[in-house]
Amino acid sequence: MSPKKLARGVALVGAGMSKFGSFKGKSSRDLFVEAYVEMLESVEKGIDPTMIEALYVGNYSSDLFEGQGHIAPIMASWTGLSPLPAVRVEDACASAGVALREGILAVASGMYDVVLVGGVEKMTDLATEKVTDTLATAADVQYELPAGFTFPGFYAAMATAYMNDFGATPETFMKVGIKNHFNGSMNEKAQFGAKISTLMEARRASAAKKGLPVPEWDDELEFLHDDRANPPIAWPMRLYDCSPISDGAAVVLLVSEDIAKKFSDTPIYVAGMGQASDGALHDRDTLTSIPAAKLAGEQAYKMAGITPAEIDFAEVHDCFTIAEIIATEDLGFFEQGKGWQAAEAGDTSRDGKKPINLSGGLKSKGHPVGASGVGQVVEVWKQLLGKAGDRQLQRKLKYGLTHNVGGTGQTCVVHIFERRG
Amino acid sequence: MEMPRHWRLKQQRYALVGEVCPHCDGKIFPPRDVCPYCGGEAKTAYTFSGKGEVFSYTVMRDAPRGFEETVPYVVALVKLQEGPVVTAQLTDLGEEPVEIGMPVEMVTRRIRQDGDERGILVYGYKFRPVMR
Ligand SMILES: [Zn+2]
Repeated sequence: MSPKKLARGVALVGAGMSKFGSFKGKSSRDLFVEAYVEMLESVEKGIDPTMIEALYVGNYSSDLFEGQGHIAPIMASWTGLSPLPAVRVEDACASAGVALREGILAVASGMYDVVLVGGVEKMTDLATEKVTDTLATAADVQYELPAGFTFPGFYAAMATAYMNDFGATPETFMKVGIKNHFNGSMNEKAQFGAKISTLMEARRASAAKKGLPVPEWDDELEFLHDDRANPPIAWPMRLYDCSPISDGAAVVLLVSEDIAKKFSDTPIYVAGMGQASDGALHDRDTLTSIPAAKLAGEQAYKMAGITPAEIDFAEVHDCFTIAEIIATEDLGFFEQGKGWQAAEAGDTSRDGKKPINLSGGLKSKGHPVGASGVGQVVEVWKQLLGKAGDRQLQRKLKYGLTHNVGGTGQTCVVHIFERRG
Repeated sequence: MEMPRHWRLKQQRYALVGEVCPHCDGKIFPPRDVCPYCGGEAKTAYTFSGKGEVFSYTVMRDAPRGFEETVPYVVALVKLQEGPVVTAQLTDLGEEPVEIGMPVEMVTRRIRQDGDERGILVYGYKFRPVMR
């Protein structure tokens, strides 16, 4: 079969995101507007909003998180874009990545020349246990949840299998977290944009202030091994292996390739994309790979006509630390079973040969589930254009990849972006 | 979970009843009437032996609602002898450490108490180590 192609090229000419975090005073629409306004300002040669023809918005569960359904037209109305067609896309934590794909397909079809794609989630209004319940509905509620599993539990079972098969240890996962927090410490939009060492010192300072015994930790790893500082959630996943509960929004502006230079001298082109689905975790013959991610990646590479070695950096779906290691293997950056060694060797750090999650990833930046997929694209857009500030990667960048997963891999969507010249 | 759904899933839950495909002889769980192996229609009920081994597992420390009382507990993916993998809790573990590949067998146990107001007791399959 010949590689799939878009009927016409599509480019990114603007991107913006709200700060990710926990914001008592902001609902999903406020966050979306924050991201939208930043996007408008980011368009190099400006954009007249009346040119925007359609809106695709990723959102997992405003219904349960906020008691608000039907949010796409609300986002359109709050950004002054009514009466344009507004579509909500739901594929769990991959909602925004899939919304992006739908927007790209809509432009490629020739139907629209200018499309706004976003993602938004407001999670922190609910108590933690209700958030856990809401996220759990992205699993099979008939056959997985009755056993008492949660999402940390599913990924923990994947981690258990991975350690058993390939020899990684819980410390491998901790090192992924340390790396992502280090990256996130340079991201002003990150929810937990602090190094683990900084969080450790803060905890010591707080104990001292309260007149409590000040804990002694030699280094970040010792801190992360401490059950009180870093309680086990589902062995071997501890608190610092899990992405947080977050509020946030992200948007990008898509245009057809033929008009892209009207908006920017350096549009970022969609070079390849892929998407696949799968059954529940128990319906797969492997727990150490996410088959749908592998398929989505292969489709994207084929469409872009490149190999994994040509990707300069990637934002991958590190909802849990183990997920980042598996992602780097599924995407072909490292051989199956070797991703953990690459992570330990620093290959995925800023200075490594394949920097992963320069933004801090979902782990440090935050994981407003329905927004994360577009949040990843905002980072790739910034890095490719040299607009990433303190955390800008100082090398020539041509290809950036995003990898967005829904559930435990029931939905996976991959995009490859290209800077030409 | 709502009452009708408990009723609908009762047979699968209590006795591990799935399906067998008349075209490729594939054993199917959960039952879905379409064979995941060959795509053919598969509506013949099949009762699994309940014997299998631990495919992977985790120890839950932070439980979802309805499971708080039993923390810590072990949840697993169990590969049945007939092929399919099921998601279930392990029980009757005693002092025995759980390992991938450990032989287990199905038992019916109380799973959880559902909902504060209705207080439905939900029963279903769990797996315990095979007595040696
Ligand atoms: Zn069959």
